[in-house]
Amino acid sequence: MSNANQVDPAKAAELFILHDQIHEPMHDRFLWATMQRRDAEAAAIPEWEELREIASKIKEHTLTHLDHYLEEFEENATKRGAHVHWALDAAEHNAIVYSILKDHGVEELIKSKSMLQEECQMAPFLQNRGIRVIESDLGERIQQLDGQPPSHIVFPAIHKTRQDVARLFARTVGTDPNNDDPHLLTEVMRNNARPRFLAAGAGMTGGNFAIAETGTFMVCTNEGNADIGASVPPLHIASIGIEKLIPRVEDMSVFLRLLARSAEGVPLTQYSSHFTGPRKGGELHIVLVDNGRSRRLGMPDFWHSLKCIRCGACMNTCPVYRRSGGLSYGATYSGPIGVILDPTFDEFKYSELPFHSTLCGSCTDVCPVKIDISDQIFKWRRVMAEKGYLPLTKRLSFAVAGRILGHSEEYHAMESLAGPAMVLAPHFLLYNRSLNPWGRSREIPPIAAQTFRNWYLENRSEHADIEQ
Amino acid sequence: MTTQTETINQKMLSKNARIGLFIPCYIDMMFPEVGIATLQLLERFRLNVGYPLNQTCCGQPMSNSGDEVNAAGAELLFVENFKSYDYIIGPAGSCVKQVRCHFDVIEQTADVKHIRQHTYELVEFLHGILKVDSFPWAEFQHSVAIHNSCSSIRGLGIAKPSEIMGVPFDKTADLLSKVKGLVLVPVDRPDDCCGFGGTFCVTDEAVSARMGLEKAHDHLRHGAEYVVSPDMSCLMHQQGIARHTGLALKYIHVAQVLNGGPF
Repeated sequence: MSNANQVDPAKAAELFILHDQIHEPMHDRFLWATMQRRDAEAAAIPEWEELREIASKIKEHTLTHLDHYLEEFEENATKRGAHVHWALDAAEHNAIVYSILKDHGVEELIKSKSMLQEECQMAPFLQNRGIRVIESDLGERIQQLDGQPPSHIVFPAIHKTRQDVARLFARTVGTDPNNDDPHLLTEVMRNNARPRFLAAGAGMTGGNFAIAETGTFMVCTNEGNADIGASVPPLHIASIGIEKLIPRVEDMSVFLRLLARSAEGVPLTQYSSHFTGPRKGGELHIVLVDNGRSRRLGMPDFWHSLKCIRCGACMNTCPVYRRSGGLSYGATYSGPIGVILDPTFDEFKYSELPFHSTLCGSCTDVCPVKIDISDQIFKWRRVMAEKGYLPLTKRLSFAVAGRILGHSEEYHAMESLAGPAMVLAPHFLLYNRSLNPWGRSREIPPIAAQTFRNWYLENRSEHADIEQ
Repeated sequence: MTTQTETINQKMLSKNARIGLFIPCYIDMMFPEVGIATLQLLERFRLNVGYPLNQTCCGQPMSNSGDEVNAAGAELLFVENFKSYDYIIGPAGSCVKQVRCHFDVIEQTADVKHIRQHTYELVEFLHGILKVDSFPWAEFQHSVAIHNSCSSIRGLGIAKPSEIMGVPFDKTADLLSKVKGLVLVPVDRPDDCCGFGGTFCVTDEAVSARMGLEKAHDHLRHGAEYVVSPDMSCLMHQQGIARHTGLALKYIHVAQVLNGGPF
C-alpha cells in the first residue's frame, strides 16, 4: 500500500514492538517515569498554567513581529563582535558552515546537539567534503557510532538498552561487550571525547533561545559538552532557527522555568549558558536559518508549531510514541511535534504520520508553550485527504460508508437485510491493512440479536419521534 | 475548531425541554443494552425524551480520517434529525466530541450552531445540567476501575487531565460514588490512552493492541472486576483484547451502572 518514498510508521512501530520483549516496554516505562517527574515538578509551581500561557503569548508576539526581532538580534550580536549569517534553506546553511570551516582550515569539528543541524543533514554534507564531524553529546555520539539519527529530540538514544550500548562500544571503541555498567560506559566515552575537543579546529552548537535585546543566545545542556566545544577550539559556529527568537533577557525567566521541567522533570538543566559575542581571542559565527519556517509562518492552521521550544514533553506523554520508538517516524522530528512539523518539509513522504496518533490530546495539554498539537494532527489529516494521500483502502470504504450513513433509508434497509454485523460492522473493522487487523489481538465484539432501534420500536413506539 | 479541554456551560434545564436521544451507530448495533440503559435512566428523571428514528452516525470515522467530503452527508443528516431538540444527549464521549468540535467544515447555519452548543455526553449532562445527587435504584456490589476516554477528558472536560495542573476532578467518579456497594479502585495510568482511536485500532494494529493490553493489565493489577466507561468504543477494543488474552475483566457502560442495568 505504501509507496517507497512514503514513511510507514505503523509498520515500523510493529517491528519495534515485535523485535523482543525488552526494548518497547523499557522505552515506554522510562518515558512514562519522565512524565511522572514532569507532573510532580509542574505541580510544585502554583503558577504553572499561567507560565504556559505567558510563554505562549511571548512566542506568538515574537513570531508575529519576527522581522523586527531578527534584525534587532543581528544588530546587537554584531555589536558584540559575532558574525551573523542568514541561510534561506538547509543547502545555504551547510554551504555557509563549510565556507567558514574552509577559510579557517578546519579538518575536525566537535559539535553538541542540534536538531537544526540534523534537519539540514549537515554532518554528512561536511564529511563528504573531508571534514570530520564528532558528536559530543553522549546520546548523539551513540547514535553517530551506530549510524542512526536521534530517535528523540532530548534523549537521542532512548530506544537503546545499556546492553545495546555496551555491544556498540565494544564494536566501535573496543570495550568489553559484557560490561554494561552505565558509569563505565559513560567514562569510556568521556575519555574518548576529551582528545577530540583538543584536536578540533572548531566547535559547533545549536541555540535554545536567541535574545533580540542583547544579541545573546542560550544553550541548555546537561553534560557541559556544548560549553567545552564552544570554549576550547578557537572557532565557535552556532546554528539557530529563526523561530528561536525571544525579545528580552527577562523572558528567559519564563522559558527556563518551563524547559527542563517539561523535558526531563528536573528544575533546570545542569548548564544554561549565555553566549554574547566571541570569547577573548576567539571567533563566533551565528547562522540564522529559515529552511521552511517563514513559509510555515504563513500557514493559518499550522504556524503555531513554530512556538516549539523542543522540550520533547509531547513525545514523553504520547502513548503512541512510547510504543513506537522515535525511529519509526522516519523523519528528523518524531512524536507528536514531528507529526505536525515533518509534513511541512514533504507532504507526500510524511502523509501517513498524522494517522499515527489516537488523537488523545495529551500532547496539547502538556505543551509548555500551548501548541494545539492534537488539533493540528487532525487538520493535517484533512490536508492529506484533500490531497488524495489517504490510503486507497480507506478512501473506497469511506465513499460507500459516507453515502449510506448520509441516507437513513438506505442505512436502515441494509441493517434489516444482512444483519448488523456485516452492514456496518463498524466499517473501520472491515477495511484491512493486513488480514483481519481487528482479530489478530482481539476477539470480535458480540453482535446483538436486536438493535436498539428495533427495541425502541417494540417498546416505545408510541413516543417515536419521526421528524419530517 | 473548538479547543481541547473545554468545560461545558452550566445551563439550567427548563421543565419542558425536549431531549433528543443520540444513540451512536455501534451502540445501536452491538450494545443496544447501553442505549436502553441511557433511555431508561433519562426517563427516571421525568424528562421528555425522544429518539429520532432516522439517525445513522455522526460522521466520526470519516471525519477522524480527514475525509470531510464523505463525512458531510452523515453530519447533515444528524443536524436534520436533531435540530428541533433543546438538548441532545449521547452516551458516547467521542461521538459527542465529534458533533461539538468537528462539525466545523459543514456550513455553520443556525441549526448547526444550535446542535454544536447543545449536544452533551451523558455524564456531563447528569453532572453539570441535571446535577443528580443520588441513584437510589442502583446497586453494584463490585470493584470498578473507571476508563474515562480521551475524548471525554481532553475534549469534553469530564475529568482533569493529569498533564494540566490544578484541582483534580472526575465527574464519572462523582456519579459512580453515589451508587450503593460500588468500590472504585485507583489505577496507575488513569488517563493514558487505551489505543482504540477509531480507525487507528486497525490501521495501527500493533501499537493499538499493545496499548490495550497494558491498559487491561493495569486494571487487573488493581483488583478491578469491572471496567466502566462513558465511551463504549474504548471498551469494545479493551474487551476484545481481554477476551483474546483470557483476562477476567468485565466491561460495561456507566449508564448501565447508574440505571441498575440492563447488563
